[in-house]
Amino acid sequence: MTSLYEEIADGPGEGVPVRRVMITVNGERRTADVEPRLLLAHLLRQGLKLTGTHTGCDTSNCGACTVLFDGKPIKSCTMLAAQADGHEVTTIEGLASASELHPIQEGFKDEHGLQCGFCTPGMMLAAKALLDENPDPDEDEVRWALSGNLCRCTGYQNIVKSVLWAAKKMHADTPADGN
Amino acid sequence: MTQALDEIKIGGMGASRRRVEDNRFIRGRGNYIDDIVLPGMLHMEILRSPMAHARIRSIDTSKAWDIPGVRLVLTGEMMAARNLAWMPTLSYDTQAVLATDKVRFQGQEVACVIADDPYIAKDGCDAIVVDYEPLPVIVNPTQALATDAPVIRDDKVNQHDNVAFDWEVGDKEGTDRAFEQAHLVSKIKLHYPRSHPSPLECCGSIADFDRATSKLTVYMTSQAPHIVRAAVAMVAELPEHMIRIVSPDLGGGFGNKVPIYPGYVMSILASILTERPVKWIEDRSGNLISTGFGRDVYLDGELALREDGKILAVRMKTTSDHGAFFADAQPSKFKIGLMHSAFACYDIPYAHLSARGVYTTKAPGGVAYRCSFRVTEAMFFQERMVQAAADDLGMDQAEFRRINFVRDDDFPHRTPYGFLTDSGQYAKCLDVGLEAIGYAEFLKEKEEARKRGRLLGIGISTMTEPLGAGNSREYDILGIKMFDSAELRVHMTGKAILRTGAMNQGQGHQTTWAQIVAHELGLPADDITVEEGDTDTAPFGMGTYASRSTPVAGAAVSMVSRKVKAKARKLAAHLLEVSEEDIEWELGRFYVRSARDRGVSIQECAMAAYSNMPDGLEPGLEANAYYDPPNLTWPFGCYIATVEVDPVTGVWDVLRVVAVDDCGVRINPMIVEGQIMGGLTEAYAMANMQFITFDAEGNCVGSNFMDYLIPSAWETPGYELHEVVTPCPHHPIGAKGVGECATVGGPAAFVNAVIDALKGTGVRNIDMPLLPDRVYEALTQKHDVSGAPPVRTDN
Repeated sequence: MTSLYEEIADGPGEGVPVRRVMITVNGERRTADVEPRLLLAHLLRQGLKLTGTHTGCDTSNCGACTVLFDGKPIKSCTMLAAQADGHEVTTIEGLASASELHPIQEGFKDEHGLQCGFCTPGMMLAAKALLDENPDPDEDEVRWALSGNLCRCTGYQNIVKSVLWAAKKMHADTPADGN
Repeated sequence: MTQALDEIKIGGMGASRRRVEDNRFIRGRGNYIDDIVLPGMLHMEILRSPMAHARIRSIDTSKAWDIPGVRLVLTGEMMAARNLAWMPTLSYDTQAVLATDKVRFQGQEVACVIADDPYIAKDGCDAIVVDYEPLPVIVNPTQALATDAPVIRDDKVNQHDNVAFDWEVGDKEGTDRAFEQAHLVSKIKLHYPRSHPSPLECCGSIADFDRATSKLTVYMTSQAPHIVRAAVAMVAELPEHMIRIVSPDLGGGFGNKVPIYPGYVMSILASILTERPVKWIEDRSGNLISTGFGRDVYLDGELALREDGKILAVRMKTTSDHGAFFADAQPSKFKIGLMHSAFACYDIPYAHLSARGVYTTKAPGGVAYRCSFRVTEAMFFQERMVQAAADDLGMDQAEFRRINFVRDDDFPHRTPYGFLTDSGQYAKCLDVGLEAIGYAEFLKEKEEARKRGRLLGIGISTMTEPLGAGNSREYDILGIKMFDSAELRVHMTGKAILRTGAMNQGQGHQTTWAQIVAHELGLPADDITVEEGDTDTAPFGMGTYASRSTPVAGAAVSMVSRKVKAKARKLAAHLLEVSEEDIEWELGRFYVRSARDRGVSIQECAMAAYSNMPDGLEPGLEANAYYDPPNLTWPFGCYIATVEVDPVTGVWDVLRVVAVDDCGVRINPMIVEGQIMGGLTEAYAMANMQFITFDAEGNCVGSNFMDYLIPSAWETPGYELHEVVTPCPHHPIGAKGVGECATVGGPAAFVNAVIDALKGTGVRNIDMPLLPDRVYEALTQKHDVSGAPPVRTDN
């Protein structure tokens, strides 16, 4: 069991209400005792040590904290951990398999779609949500799908190219007959 | 015959090498400040002032202490008892760490709480009761300089007004004479609004004072860790060797992470007092309302013009708003940064600049936001003045620039304010840009569109800017000279580790520094590890800002590689059994001049350095280099934007953006282009939407990302990039800085384009950002629109 308080000797303060949640994170079922006010982003980062999910603005604007929630992109800095009880969450750590990168990750590297790297995990998960729904987007569709994720470094042009690169790669990897 | 090495294949100069750092970032395995967890770590939160200017009557922290899990509550009084209530700024002023007497801006640090968990620390802040007595608020220089204005900095002896400094540079008499002879004097008033670098990662620190060893380790978001170590040694009176500053991966910087903030200092004291590591992670609001902003400068600009369009002289009067503390991060000698680099690309005999800095009850800062010390303001003012002058003369804006450019054969050239520029092909860059955008065709299209009621405009911005401070003769921060450093150690199997005094925050140093070593030594870039940011291991350097990494630290990487090569040559002579004079070098290999086939690779030399060195030669293959540049580097940029303004709404859309950058030799073209596109986006942001302003009560408008608008992928235009290469004559590999050029030169291109679209209305200026309501007001009321605070908040 994972508790947010596992590394703090004192544990939760006396009288602090605690709620047990069960969340499937990157395919693994995790259990945690959380305060009702604990944000999902903080559970992922501090409780589950999945620090690839970043927080950049606290107000749902920047999207650095984007994770997939039952396959849909959400901003984990403005969702309570308790709200995730019984749901599936995918973080950046769940995007690649142990040996192989996801085409989106390859695309970001190949097209120089990142600089400081802080927005990158959220940006890639938003891109994954797009490509899951629309495997062959045009530039405008990519720009619109990523409009909830801010980047201060790249100017987006290479991010868009990265996503289009990934779409092409995924298309090429899919057998033409659909089997 | 040995095959010569292909430099591109080994990831040398000119290779668009994919980035090494990406391997961790794309997996979510970066190591940013908030990712670091130390055993027993406590968490700190800051209580900030809700008022812009108020006397603190009392602070009651008792309820905070009562919360279970709260370990420490610090107030200004407690800091003062340890002589830490105030700290020096990088500009020879002082700044409150925690307020003692009064608060001087909204968001100022009033107290902090250290607790087991960040949520508890926040609870602690909520439980503190502060009794404030409101004082008059000052949000612009006019209010600050009024005769009856209250003195904001009454903490300072001999400060009887709100003037932070008066400073001037240039030839006043010569300029005055030239103005008397002018055919026409073109005048314009401009405001470069306050903006915030807001890297996506906010600031933070983890201070870890070890009582057993007396060593203080601070992990922190600093673009200049060595400067921090020096400052901590001076302020905290800790011995310098007992201070270790570590900058981990930085989620962007853009100048915001140069200054030393109160939060860092508090976390250090808290760790000393609690004897546990203390982590402080700033929230976005704290970042926007309290840390280093950029710009906030007003200009009265005048150009003396000859009838044929030659500029005879420039007169600039700037008034800069520094907020409550003069906490600029500028070289010591230059109070308004390098504002006097304005007009460096134009051949003008006389210029004079007078600059006044004022205190207001706003956040302190004045950092170089993606900018080499106020050159962003300088070049914006320059290019807006140039456009206004061309319009006043009725001249074509491209032609006006062309006839005033410094010519290619006029280098070295003394600029009107006294800098020495050394290289460039300004007219060629302009031609490439005009050709790319289809200038003549667009002008026709514009006229046609105008007949149908559509408002098209084209804006040009051309500039050369000084990047890469020092030299050390003229540039220092707090007396520390601005040079930089590199240290290269080649292991016996020919692999190597390189450390520099710079500090990456997205520029890709891990990738590009190795490319410079590959270029100099022929070691494959993949065989070189690059490390920065740990003051216990990296050589002393001034850090990364002001586009100084490649011009200074990058040069040091070249020089250190050459030192290693010089030693490798001795080893090669030994291995080849000839004298050093008989040896030649080609990439990665020494050979005997008379027998090209007889050679040894750099890797074989490395092995010999540890296993087969000649008698009398010191073992090992490593060196360090401190590089003091002879001059700044002077890249040139030509940015052209076309826009369409909607006369019904005042909304303007970007049609095309063409950028022509001459940054000398490009180490990694892919990374250079990434820097240019990022820079253009910040330029577009500032021209279009991004600014921080204040209402009449001193409330910060723009204190979160709902109010502080940053363009997303949807709004951001696409870019067309072009290059011209004029190598820097003094840089060892001919490179110039580039990271900031587009941010510096870009904004004027967008503004000039919108003003061009409004031609005929009599509108000379709309202050940035060109929000639809401002454009609409200008268009319908046919007058200029000022953006100076206070803003109206009644609607």
